[in-house]
Amino acid sequence: MRNRQLGVRGEDEAVGYLSARGYLILERNWRCTQGELDVVARDGDDLVFVEVKARSSVKYGHPFEAVTPRKLARLRILTVLWRAAHPDVTGTARIDVISILLPNHNDADAVASPHIEHLRGVFQ
Amino acid sequence: MSLGRARSVALLGLTGIAVDVEADVTTGLPAIRLVGLADRAVNEAIDRVRSAVANSQLAFPAQRLTISLSPAALPKSGSAFDLPIAIACLAATGVVPSAPDDGTIFIGELALDGRLRPTAGILPSVLAARQLGATRVVVPSANAHEARLVSGITVKGVASVREAAQVSGADIDVVDVAPLRHPRERTGDDESSSAAPPLPDLADIIGLDAAIDALIVAAVGGHNIFMVGPPGAGKTMLASRLPGILPPLTEEHALEVATIASLVEGSRREVHLATTPPFQAPHHSLSAAGMVGGGPGIVRPGVATQAHRGVLFLDEAPEFATNVLDSLRQPLESGMLSLQRAAYSVSFPSDFQLVLAANPCPCGQASATNDVTCTCTPVQRLRYLSRLSGPLMDRVDIHLTVPRATTAIRDELTTVTTTAEARDRVLTARHVALARWGGTCNARVPGTQLRGARYKLPRPVTSSIDSALHRGGITLRGYDRALRLAWSLADLDGTTTPTTDHVGRALYLRKGILQ
Repeated sequence: MRNRQLGVRGEDEAVGYLSARGYLILERNWRCTQGELDVVARDGDDLVFVEVKARSSVKYGHPFEAVTPRKLARLRILTVLWRAAHPDVTGTARIDVISILLPNHNDADAVASPHIEHLRGVFQ
Repeated sequence: MSLGRARSVALLGLTGIAVDVEADVTTGLPAIRLVGLADRAVNEAIDRVRSAVANSQLAFPAQRLTISLSPAALPKSGSAFDLPIAIACLAATGVVPSAPDDGTIFIGELALDGRLRPTAGILPSVLAARQLGATRVVVPSANAHEARLVSGITVKGVASVREAAQVSGADIDVVDVAPLRHPRERTGDDESSSAAPPLPDLADIIGLDAAIDALIVAAVGGHNIFMVGPPGAGKTMLASRLPGILPPLTEEHALEVATIASLVEGSRREVHLATTPPFQAPHHSLSAAGMVGGGPGIVRPGVATQAHRGVLFLDEAPEFATNVLDSLRQPLESGMLSLQRAAYSVSFPSDFQLVLAANPCPCGQASATNDVTCTCTPVQRLRYLSRLSGPLMDRVDIHLTVPRATTAIRDELTTVTTTAEARDRVLTARHVALARWGGTCNARVPGTQLRGARYKLPRPVTSSIDSALHRGGITLRGYDRALRLAWSLADLDGTTTPTTDHVGRALYLRKGILQ
């Protein structure tokens, strides 16, 4: 399960990245029947739902390209479900996407050093 | 974040309008949106451009990309916007420097591997680009030869989007790729592939001397001609030999013909300057849109425009829908077709010589001399030719009866006219006419010039058509057309002005059948 490991490593990197920028991590890998939220964090007054996309190369497209309009729509449903499950948490909801390119010695096309990109408020 | 620009040309008919392509890259999830009244083919450009750029080892923005084609209210059609869209995207990502408008126009369709495909409409687009003040055009290398037919503008033929980017100032290496060519063209022997197939010769026709004479008169003056005869008499043979005896196209006319050919079939074959007049012989199931131009999106030229400066042959003319036949009235009078649509209007040049052929009746056997084999009722016969409307027939100068040939054997007594001989006679006569009227052939001379003081024929000479007009036998337009025909007959005989005999023969040719 190399992809699964890549995903977990990517989420670890993303959490480290967000914490370093003053985000308060509220929850990781929240699951319900509709799917999973990778990271839920607080950024000032904003309640941020983060989708993390990790890849080892851009051979099959940029990680951001994997976030299709359909996936985005599902993320939106999940945010509503998360808020219903946590009625005490307040704030303006925001959806962010983090793309992480990680070195991988099993992949010939892999990048040499980690590369993180962060898109804020992608749902429009 | 950043903005890229490239210029191109949109075609409305043969008229070009400058189009600015802008690409704007902003932060957000990758998405591409194309605005500016693009039709299906233009919208699909997004997918071609993305693959072509990625397969050219150039970066395509993985962000929100908005592409705008302006003027936004002008409908845009076709695949020629692929290249300007790609260049605008590359300018937005900084691969191509965003220079201020340097007068370069980009035209061309992209293949997914990044090469450029031969594209339709290059010639009219380049002509328009020159008119719009552009100094340089970048076109697919398969169309470079065609684009160079336009003088006064620098033509750069490129094989790939990478080469186009480099031409626009990008600091990248160009990978040598084999340029995509037109399907039929073979590499190495340009001469043999561009040579037109030989035209059929007039010498193949036996026993139709009167018809051949009439055909030569038609060729001299550019007169429209209507042939009636039983099936198998040789009407189609005669018509197909007309382009061979017509004078070759001038360079100016050849460019007009090539421009139309470029628009219609520029993506399928290489466009050359041909000197043989075009010959169009559509099937009688033709629709009005097929005749005058039409189609979804931007109007495409019809058969009447493809026959511009050449011959439009309608075999079995009464079988055509009457509205299709009558749609020819405007081009027959003005040599132009103006088509109005809700969003725009287009004009196509449509100056052709009309050749109509018909059977005398539905069974085809009716004739003045031997009527016994015809099985049609008088009403059927009357109805058959009346499908050709009066106003249309009034625009036809020569009405010719083609009898069934009574011999298939050629002996010493039969005279044989070859295409070469006929063409010599036509060229000599046409030369005289062009010099007299200042560049127009007899059939196109304006009535005022024809009846003006300088070329007015004396009363005794025109007495036969004068009385025909007085009796109501011919219209005033018919009067002018008979006069033009008389001039053609005189030119062919080498006399300076038409004589009584020429005018009489002209009237006979005009009223040869429908008495």
